[in-house]
Amino acid sequence: MSELKVTESNLEKVDEVIRISGQNIYSCYQCGKCTSGCPSAGLMDIVPSQAMKFLQLGEVEKVSESNTPWVCLSCFICSVRCPKGIDIAAIMEALRLMKLRTNFDYVHPNKIQEEEREILPPIAFVSAFRKMTP
Amino acid sequence: MAEKPRIGVFVCHCGLNIAGVVDVKRVAEEAKKLDGVVFSTTYVFMCSEPGQKVVENAIKEHKLNGVVIANCSPSLHEKTFRNAAARAGLNPYRVEIANIREQVSWPHEHEPEIATRKAIAVVRATVERVKNNMTYIPYEVPVTKAVLIIGGGIAGIQAALDVADAGYEVYLVEKSPTIGGKMLFLSETFPTLDCPQCIETPKMTDVSQHPNIHLMTYSEVESVEGYLGNFNVKIKRKASYVDFDKCTGCTDCLRVCPVKAPNEFDRGLTKRGAIYMANEQAVPLVAVVDEKYCIEVNFQKRVKAGKVKPREKPVCSKCVEVCEADAINLLESNEKIVEVKVGAIIVATGFELMDMKKLPEYGGGEVPDVIDALAFERLLAPSGPTAGVPKRPSDGKIPKSVVFVSCAGSRDPEHGVAYCSRVCCMYLAKQAMLYKHAVPDGRAYNFYIDIRSNGKGYEEFVQRVREEGDLIYLRGKVSKIFRKGDKVVVWGADTLTGQKVEIETDLVVLATAMVPPPEIKKLAAKLRIPTDEYGWLSEAHLKLRPLETVTAGIFIAGAAQFPKDITDTVSQASGAAAKVLTMFSQPKLKREPIVAEVDTEICAGCGLCKEQCAYDAIRIDEKKNISVVNEALCEGCGACAAVCPSGAMRLRNLTKKQVIEMIEVLTENY
Amino acid sequence: MSTKIPYYPGCTLKSTAKNFEDTAKLVASKFDIEFEELAKWICCGAVYGLSSDNVMHKVAPVRNMLRVKKAGGERMVVLCSMCYNTLKRANLYVRKNKDKLDVINAIMYLENATYDGSVKVQHFLEILRDEVGYSNIKKEVKKPLKGLNVAAYYGCLLLRPKEVAIDNVESPTVMEDIVKLLGAKVVNLPVKTECCGSYQTVSQKDIIADRTYLILNTAREMGADVLITSCPLCHFNLDRRQDIAKERHHDFEFMPILYFTQLMALAFGFEEEKLGFEPHFVDPRPALKERGLL
Ligand code: SF4
Ligand code: SF4
Repeated sequence: MSELKVTESNLEKVDEVIRISGQNIYSCYQCGKCTSGCPSAGLMDIVPSQAMKFLQLGEVEKVSESNTPWVCLSCFICSVRCPKGIDIAAIMEALRLMKLRTNFDYVHPNKIQEEEREILPPIAFVSAFRKMTP
Repeated sequence: MAEKPRIGVFVCHCGLNIAGVVDVKRVAEEAKKLDGVVFSTTYVFMCSEPGQKVVENAIKEHKLNGVVIANCSPSLHEKTFRNAAARAGLNPYRVEIANIREQVSWPHEHEPEIATRKAIAVVRATVERVKNNMTYIPYEVPVTKAVLIIGGGIAGIQAALDVADAGYEVYLVEKSPTIGGKMLFLSETFPTLDCPQCIETPKMTDVSQHPNIHLMTYSEVESVEGYLGNFNVKIKRKASYVDFDKCTGCTDCLRVCPVKAPNEFDRGLTKRGAIYMANEQAVPLVAVVDEKYCIEVNFQKRVKAGKVKPREKPVCSKCVEVCEADAINLLESNEKIVEVKVGAIIVATGFELMDMKKLPEYGGGEVPDVIDALAFERLLAPSGPTAGVPKRPSDGKIPKSVVFVSCAGSRDPEHGVAYCSRVCCMYLAKQAMLYKHAVPDGRAYNFYIDIRSNGKGYEEFVQRVREEGDLIYLRGKVSKIFRKGDKVVVWGADTLTGQKVEIETDLVVLATAMVPPPEIKKLAAKLRIPTDEYGWLSEAHLKLRPLETVTAGIFIAGAAQFPKDITDTVSQASGAAAKVLTMFSQPKLKREPIVAEVDTEICAGCGLCKEQCAYDAIRIDEKKNISVVNEALCEGCGACAAVCPSGAMRLRNLTKKQVIEMIEVLTENY
Repeated sequence: MSTKIPYYPGCTLKSTAKNFEDTAKLVASKFDIEFEELAKWICCGAVYGLSSDNVMHKVAPVRNMLRVKKAGGERMVVLCSMCYNTLKRANLYVRKNKDKLDVINAIMYLENATYDGSVKVQHFLEILRDEVGYSNIKKEVKKPLKGLNVAAYYGCLLLRPKEVAIDNVESPTVMEDIVKLLGAKVVNLPVKTECCGSYQTVSQKDIIADRTYLILNTAREMGADVLITSCPLCHFNLDRRQDIAKERHHDFEFMPILYFTQLMALAFGFEEEKLGFEPHFVDPRPALKERGLL
């Protein structure tokens, strides 16, 4: 178990998330509605509302190292239902981008099976690579 | 100011509120250099007793004929310092406030130098203004010692009884057929679990029997004219087609009416006839005919409109036939306008619940077994349609599990309601408890964001209910509710465990947001009182004048101002009544003399000012072709002076000359 | 006189969703609407870039709209929900952010023209509802789909975010309205705006399988025989991933997934060969035959 330390340098890292996503993470009041509706919440290490809280406390890495941004479906359910109008999907994207911009691949074309490549629609490839490769 | 100006400037620190940002010493020093200023000083809390003494002493010692207080908003302490000046023998209207808190130190918190320079400029401008201030004496107006109370819920009832018991006349106007308001819907009240039948109905009876109370149910305020102490009110007694004096409340008519209309007293869960009574506790216990639904009334209307030919026999006269008291007449509307004169008005119009249509993710009112909390109150009430054992609307089964959803629309700016409705946490706990009493093997879930139980005995109540009822509290806002087979599926979360939660349940109760009644905007316009961004009535000052509106003589009580529980509502109602009684205890009322006045030499009677006036205080004298200000009605807002093309209309102590001089000082450096 | 509408197909409508394009054109032809394919269209990127510090992902969609404008078009019709969302959002973005539009125009200097946000992006469903009109659709029904229980599924990108929604965000009805006109029975699908799993189909198929199970199982429970959609990716996920759904959930039953245009073309009386049922993983023909519709 780790202990949470709120430090200034951690809080500064959050500014990057804010900048890329264009969202004010501090307006989240932890109602949990994003988690309630999230189709992927059951798969996430950290559910969306917890992710918001970790970010408020400066724990960017905790969230970006979790599977959360990578099992997000960009379905925008959280964004349309957040009572505070926060675009949580954009925050998930920011977390992905921060990682991808370090030249990180989450999906790799070579790892896709031959027969899958035959049947997958082009939009599946394009969107998956857009979301999960640099 | 004909005499030479001798102005004193008093700069307040307001603790650190002002002095923490603004260099108050420098402001006072700069002020002293100004032409006409003979004295200046600072003090830590100018509004305190010793602070006021500083002002009083300086007025006497330096023979001041003008005073500038640099402090907070005039809505807070203008009166304080005007009274202090009066005690020191200076005409109170020679005192003006330079607001250097709300308009300087607070907005410029992080820029002290700019704030200080702005404070100096504001003080200088106010000094210029005071130089031209004149002496005025308040008006006296007579007062009609009767009060109009709009809304017959628990707030209106309490206020009516308080004023009536003090010996004054009360006109209590209620739009529905009975008084009692929303409280009458309730099963039991938190945290004491009194039933409204036990605690509210006796008060309702007192109202109906009180010799000083004129009860006007099924009535609406049509128009309001006049001013503080002298309002003329027209009240519309809506067409009920029943003579209330003759009706004995026997209920024979209710049994024969063939119409089935949704019964609003059961939140639409049951049906009522076109002729109906609210319930057995209705006060007055009389029937009314709902024009919208009555077959005969609608037929007669179409006859009058020439759409159908009259018939010899009525289309439906079942109720008329059974009424032994001969109280019903469907052929003629008995709508009438009643005029009353009152000295004061209390607005106690209460609240409504947000329409479930606004919550499409929660089923949008389309899922029968998703109901709002007032409907569930009816299902829990021993006097309700299910005699206290809840049965769900879709199939009449007793629900074996109920999910309660807090903040359904409240604390939700995206749904237009950013505020907390304040009572939901409490009543949901109570409802869960009553449900468990009625259905001991039932399961109650409560989704909440925060439990707000800040009242006497409230937190203890919630904790007790949670412990005793094996209630499952889940911390998270519900995202989606839908019907699946004969179940209702709720998608929620528990953020404390970090889990998404799905519950299949029999019934869902939404704590929908408390919102202002839709008619409130129209009524507020008639009364010339403002509402806030949501439509709640605005108080004159949230902290210090919460029961008054900005229009003198009009008071507010209860949830009309903002969501409130019964305790707070009743306290406010008694408070508003006390305000009225204070007014009535004086033989004459004083009115502020800072009103608009017309220079009759210049006025051309164009009437632009009349159009601008929100208080109806201006009329055009047709003969002389000039406008005339009714000083008793004028609230001194200055809209007329601003619009007057010739400069004939002016606001006392804020004349065009004064305004221009202030602007000149303020823009000097630009 | 036929109405010509500039048409943006997108990659998938030219490959795995050819049957969507073909049937949409058949449907349009009934109303004298001609899809005029944009001469030089390029892939829009499939997903709208959500970052506020990078305009690159918005260039491709904007370039397509610029080309519509250059060809003298004022609007464009889109069939694919993903393309619709990407184009529409990019369009709203450049309308709102003039400075970013300038940057994007500068990047597109080789086009010798500048974009101004003026092109209107429309989904075919909007055109059917708002321009063709329900009464005209009804007139074209030659073979009412009697006895067929249809669930309409919208997914995410026709509805979210709010500013691009073609209908009510939480309870859209346009596809159900059309299904009713075709003579079929509408089955209410409470999860009609739930996500199918989207692009995760490439690397995390199990996610899609579970979403497919949730959506199709609910549709089944509500009494649906078939489910219709307007998105080639939703179609792929809901259709093709049924085999894994079956592996993971033993009570799962296969269900045919159709494009709404296939259903319309069927009701309008087009022959079976034109409806493009061959590529389907779960063949819709047995279900349709069973009800005498083929
Ligand atoms: S829905 Fe919005 S406010 Fe609520 S927890 Fe999620 S991000 Fe925070
Ligand atoms: S956008 Fe991502 S985080 Fe938001 S609800 Fe959809 S899957 Fe969950």
